[in-house]
Amino acid sequence: MTIQSRKFDTLIIGAGGGGLRAALQLARADAKVAVVSKVFPTRSHTVAAQGGVNAALANVSPDNWHFHMFDTVKGSDYLGDQDAIEYMCRAAPKVVYELEHFGVPFSRRDDGNIYQRAFGGQSQDYGGDQASRTCAAADRTGHAILHSLYQQNIRARTHFFDEYFALDLIKDEDGYILGALTLDIESGEPLLIEAKTTLIATGGAGQLFRTCTNALINTGDGMAMALRAGVPLQDMEFFQFHPTGIAGKGMLITEGVRGEGGYLVNADGERFMERYAPRAKDLASRDIVSRAISVEIREGRGCGPNKDFVYLKVDHIGADVIKKRLPGIRDLAMTFAHVDPVDSPIPVYPTAHYTMGGIPTNRSGQVVVPEMEGPEEPVPGLYAAGECACVSVHGANRLGGNSLLDILVFGRAAANHIIGHLQEHRYHRQMDKTAIEKALARLKRWEKTGSGESVPELRTELRKVMEEHCGVFREQAVLSTGLEKVKLLKERLQGARLKDQSKIFNTARIEALELENLIDIGIATVASALARTESRGAHSRVDYTERDDASWLKHSLYFHDGRLDYKPVRLKPVTVDPFPLKPRVY
Amino acid sequence: MVDNKGIDSRRNRLLWSCRRGMLELDLLLNDFILNKYEGLELHDRQALGALLDYPDAVLFDLLMGKSITADQEIASVIKKIRTSAASGTA
Repeated sequence: MTIQSRKFDTLIIGAGGGGLRAALQLARADAKVAVVSKVFPTRSHTVAAQGGVNAALANVSPDNWHFHMFDTVKGSDYLGDQDAIEYMCRAAPKVVYELEHFGVPFSRRDDGNIYQRAFGGQSQDYGGDQASRTCAAADRTGHAILHSLYQQNIRARTHFFDEYFALDLIKDEDGYILGALTLDIESGEPLLIEAKTTLIATGGAGQLFRTCTNALINTGDGMAMALRAGVPLQDMEFFQFHPTGIAGKGMLITEGVRGEGGYLVNADGERFMERYAPRAKDLASRDIVSRAISVEIREGRGCGPNKDFVYLKVDHIGADVIKKRLPGIRDLAMTFAHVDPVDSPIPVYPTAHYTMGGIPTNRSGQVVVPEMEGPEEPVPGLYAAGECACVSVHGANRLGGNSLLDILVFGRAAANHIIGHLQEHRYHRQMDKTAIEKALARLKRWEKTGSGESVPELRTELRKVMEEHCGVFREQAVLSTGLEKVKLLKERLQGARLKDQSKIFNTARIEALELENLIDIGIATVASALARTESRGAHSRVDYTERDDASWLKHSLYFHDGRLDYKPVRLKPVTVDPFPLKPRVY
Repeated sequence: MVDNKGIDSRRNRLLWSCRRGMLELDLLLNDFILNKYEGLELHDRQALGALLDYPDAVLFDLLMGKSITADQEIASVIKKIRTSAASGTA
C-alpha cells in the first residue's frame, strides 16, 4: 500500500492552547510546522476554560512569583516537582503579557492594568491573606486565548491539518521519534507526517468517566500513543473531581450554588453533609463532599429509580435570588437536567474534571523515561505539553488558574527547546518502514467484518466501570475488581466490529480508535490507583486515609506491559530553597 | 449523499462538526443530529451546517438562549434544537 507522506521540521499533535502556543513560537522562528487536529482547531477543549490564567502581576493584591510557587507546591500536596513549578511561576507574567500582545482582551481595572480575580488556594505571604492572581478575559478566557493563538498562527503560516486523527507515533529501532501516521477523517486515507521533532499536545482524558466535565474529544489520544511507543504514564491515579456535576451528564454546577445556600439531600430528604462535616457542611472541601455523595449512593440512599445520584436543593433560597444570582446555573439545569431549580432540586453526582497525570516530561517539554543512565532520559525527538503531559506542576492536585498557565508556559518552553534541537539536527532521519506498518495495523484491524461487540456499548461500560471503581470512592477491593473489569473490556474490544465500513467521515471508526486509547489509559489509571496505598491530593483512599511521605513521596510510572515503577519527586527548585513538607491544611 | 449501504456521508460530516470544545454543545448537537436529522427539511439541514460554523462561545450563547440571531433559517433550527433538548431527547 502506498501511503502519502509530508515532511516538516516539527509535527504538533493537538491544536488546543498548548499546541498552538508551541506552533506559534516555532513558526515565528522559521521552522516548518504542521499541526494535526482531529477537530477544527478552535473547537479544542481549551475553549471551555472560563476561569483564567494565574500570574503574580500584583495588580489587585500584593503578590510575587514566590507566593505563587508556594501555593502551587502546597496545592500539589508536595507531589509537584519544585523546579518545574519555579520555572512556571517565574514565567507566568511574561506569558500573560505575550498573550496581551497577541490580542487577548483581558478584563481591565480602572487604572488600565489587567484585572485579577481571587481563586481558591491563592495566598499572599505564604499562606496568609487571599491573593487575587487570576487574569481573565471575562468568563471566556480559554476562548479568547485559543482564537488569538489560532489567528496568530495563520499569520505566521503554520500548516494546519484539520480533521486528521493521529494513529500512532513512528519510532525507529534506535528509539528516535520520526513523526506520526495520521488518518484524514474526511477521505478515510492515511497520511504519514515525517518530522524531526514531534510534540504531543492532545489534552486530557476526562471521557474515561461516565460523569465528566470534558468534551467528547478528550479521549487521551496522545497519552495512549506515547504508552504504545514505550513511554510510561506518570501519576495517572491523580484525577481531579468536582462534587456537583449534573447527574448522568457531567456539566459543572459551581460551588457558588452552595455558597448561596443550596444544600445536598439524599433519598430520605436528609441533609447528609451535616453528618460528614458538622461545621462546614455543604461547603466542606471538594474531596470531602465528593466522597460523602459517593458513600450515600453506595449505602443505598441515592435518589431516583436507580438510586444513583443525590439532589442539590436550591428552591428554598427563593425564585428571585436564583434568577438574579444563579441565572447560568438555572439555564444549565433546565436544559440538561430538565428541572427548574426554582421549584425542583437538581440531580448531581461527582464529575471528573482534570487529568493531573500524563506523559512524563522535563521542564523543557522533552518526554523523559527511565533508562540505564537514570530515571529521566529524554526520548529523542519527542515532546509533550499541557494536560496530556506531566511535568509535574500540579502534582496530586491542580489549582484553579494553573491549567491555562501550564499549557502556555510549557508549550512555549517545548518550542524553545525544539528550536535548539532543529539547529543541531538539520536533516530528517531515515524513515522506518516497519514502524509504519505497525501503525497501519491499528487502522486495518477495524476493517474486519462480521458480528462482534459494539464499540458504543463497550465505551459506555468502560465509563461506568471507571466511575464505580476508580472514581472518588477508592479502596483495595473496589479498585482490584475495577482493574480486572477494565482488562476484560480490553479483551472484549478485540472482538468488536464496525458495521459502518465507509471511508468518508466514518465517525464510528474514529470512536473505535478513541476507545482503544481510553481503555489503555483506564488500565493505567486503575493500576496506579490500586498500587498507591495512601491518600494524597485528589487520590483519596478510604482504606489508607493519611498522606504517607515516607513511602509515597514519589511519582508513579505505568508501562504498557502492566509494569509499575517509581521515580523521586524533584524537591529542589532551580534557584530558591525548597518548600519543606507540611500537612496540606487550608 | 447516501451510498448503497445506507451510509449518509453528509450526516456523518455534520456529526463530526458537532464535536466541539464544550461538553454542553457536544450533548445538545450530537443528540439533535442522532435523533432529529432524518426528519429535517433540506433548508434546515443547510441552516444547521451554517450554525455549526459559528465559534463555540457564540454557539453556546445562541443555544442557551442568551443571544439571538437575525438569520431566520438559523433561528428556526436553534429553536428546534432547544425544543428537542427541553423534551428530554438531548
